[in-house]
Amino acid sequence: MSESRNAILGKLRAGRDAHPLTPPESDFAVLRNKRWDGAERMERIKRMMEAVHTEFLETTEAGWPADVQAFLKAQGTRNLLFGPATEAGARLSAEWTEGGPDLIPYADRVETFKERLFDGIDAGITTTLGAITDTGSLIVWPTPEEPRLMSLVPHMHLALLRADALYDTFWQAMTENRWADGMPTNALLISGPSKTADIEQTLAYGVHGPKRLVVVVIR
Amino acid sequence: MGETSINFAKASSAALQDQQLRGNFRRAMDGLMSKRAVQFADTAEWNGVRTLGASVRLRALSKLPELLEKLEANCTRNGIQVHWASTTDEANAIVLSIMQRVNAKLVVKGKSMVSEEMHLNAFLEKHGIESLESDLGEYIVQLDEAMPSHIIMPAIHMNTKQIAHLFKQKIKEAEYTEDVAQLTDLARRVLRKKFATADVGISGVNMAVAETGTLCLVENEGNGRMSTTVPPVHIAVMGLEKVVEKLEDVPPVISLLTRSATAQPITTYVNMISSPRKEGEKDGPNEIHLVILDNGRSGIYADEELRNTLRCIRCGACMNHCPVYTKVGGHAYQAPYPGPIGSILMPQVEGLEKRGELPHACTMCNACVEICPVKIPIVEIMGRLRSEAVHPGDAVKGAGSHASKAEAMVWKGWSMTYASPLAYQFATALLAKLGNAAPASLPLLKEWTNVRSKPRFANRTLHALAREKGIPDV
Ligand code: SF4
Repeated sequence: MSESRNAILGKLRAGRDAHPLTPPESDFAVLRNKRWDGAERMERIKRMMEAVHTEFLETTEAGWPADVQAFLKAQGTRNLLFGPATEAGARLSAEWTEGGPDLIPYADRVETFKERLFDGIDAGITTTLGAITDTGSLIVWPTPEEPRLMSLVPHMHLALLRADALYDTFWQAMTENRWADGMPTNALLISGPSKTADIEQTLAYGVHGPKRLVVVVIR
Repeated sequence: MGETSINFAKASSAALQDQQLRGNFRRAMDGLMSKRAVQFADTAEWNGVRTLGASVRLRALSKLPELLEKLEANCTRNGIQVHWASTTDEANAIVLSIMQRVNAKLVVKGKSMVSEEMHLNAFLEKHGIESLESDLGEYIVQLDEAMPSHIIMPAIHMNTKQIAHLFKQKIKEAEYTEDVAQLTDLARRVLRKKFATADVGISGVNMAVAETGTLCLVENEGNGRMSTTVPPVHIAVMGLEKVVEKLEDVPPVISLLTRSATAQPITTYVNMISSPRKEGEKDGPNEIHLVILDNGRSGIYADEELRNTLRCIRCGACMNHCPVYTKVGGHAYQAPYPGPIGSILMPQVEGLEKRGELPHACTMCNACVEICPVKIPIVEIMGRLRSEAVHPGDAVKGAGSHASKAEAMVWKGWSMTYASPLAYQFATALLAKLGNAAPASLPLLKEWTNVRSKPRFANRTLHALAREKGIPDV
């Protein structure tokens, strides 16, 4: 194995050293200059995400748990997967009232939870690190408290988005927050519900992941 | 695929007879071309991001060996196990040994062109491992026991009716329907069970970041996320050119890739994986393996001009805009990578003996070069490969294998005629007098006159006409 490694690297080095390549400078101005103002950002994010079937639920810092519960109840959702150890999770369980969908904590390792996760969960709720104006994308970094599959396996994904956490571009979000200093296990951009156009270019939603993505905008 | 040489001419002429196939491609490609044009309507932005994207790829190539070492070091630090394979056989063996160690019986695969290059499914099946494609297009092609015909839209050659029949025939619980939402839902039900029970997930890599040891994957369906998150082991396979230097190089490349490929500002999911499951995390694979494949790429890299092939970000735009590809479809190329990029990549990877015909599957119209988001001089490389195919001893594997005595003689005669004014005058005078008498059924001429009218020679040469106007021969 390391024989191949050394052979490959040796060949590459010899090839490059015989014919060095001087690349042109990378000018990021085209990304640096992409800017939107205050309200324009949210409008654009909404427009872009709605164009790919994302739904939006407007709410407030004080009222979001109740609004989420009322929304899910109206949809006939049976249960909601959440991360009990997050701040948002603590709010949800504290403010969840009787008679709504069941709150189900993602508290165990997936090995003991897989069957239930794939077969019995209607919706999952996660936080986000913000959203990207340029492309209409949510930034989601799963954590031990909010595991990766919460935003993937349930049929509906609800994502909490604070209206003041908006970035112009993907590049801006990663450079401003110095992502390169420490990437998480899995960082994600999510820009809509799962979709495909593999059958004769016809768009169909929910092919593998969530069929619905609901962005809960907290102002 | 067999080891015999590939007959593009025969396969494309069969494809041209298939009206259904031509219609399926024409519709799809027309739609993609116009949607892509909308995405890059702002020419200043297109020029800016394209120049940036090309510089990112060139910078990565200029430091390729160092970046691969850095990628390896950072992946290893993050807990990702890195393997190197010189050949596809070696890559297959590495994948198999990981599977055998964990006693894997079922593998779910996200879309990966390198695994097509490795013919990994067939290899694993030979070893008793079920390998299931989970990208819907790839799943359809796999059910059909066929090959993908496009690198982004593998099942583009089929229409809904054909897929409906295929599902009915191959999936036990399928009812016949031409409703795309219902067909998709059926695939969802079948594949979800597989994601939940698979032992290993395999994926490709759109870009690997040396700076952070991160594997980036873009996709719309979520099958890539499923394959890289649910099974306990994830194996990623990538060609060695897929590395970029810094994390900040990722956004421009993704922007070019998604807009060029499917005219989306971004895909539904951009998945950046930097480590296996950490202490305390509740899901994600416990092991991640990265297999870095050479398969001829280091040879391509050694040549200054051909090296540009390795800039490719696999967006497929060159095929969507290629007048040849859009007429004959992907299968005529009989290669994992069809279209313009396939026509330059395959001969370099597999040798000109086997693939030397592909650089001729091109009208040199330059449409691919104009559209390529990282400015690969595809047509120049195409010309270079045509010449390599007949000149022994040069850079590409199998150079000289298409040399023919008759062709060499024709060119020799041609150059002698053009080198001598007397011979030139004699030849043009002869063609002016007798050229039109040549029957359309002559070999070579026949190929042309089959679908076009025969060229007519003027009965006076240009030199004669010029002389009449008082312009002397130099
Ligand atoms: S050669 Fe250019 S246009 Fe073709 S797939 Fe590669 S990057 Fe895209």
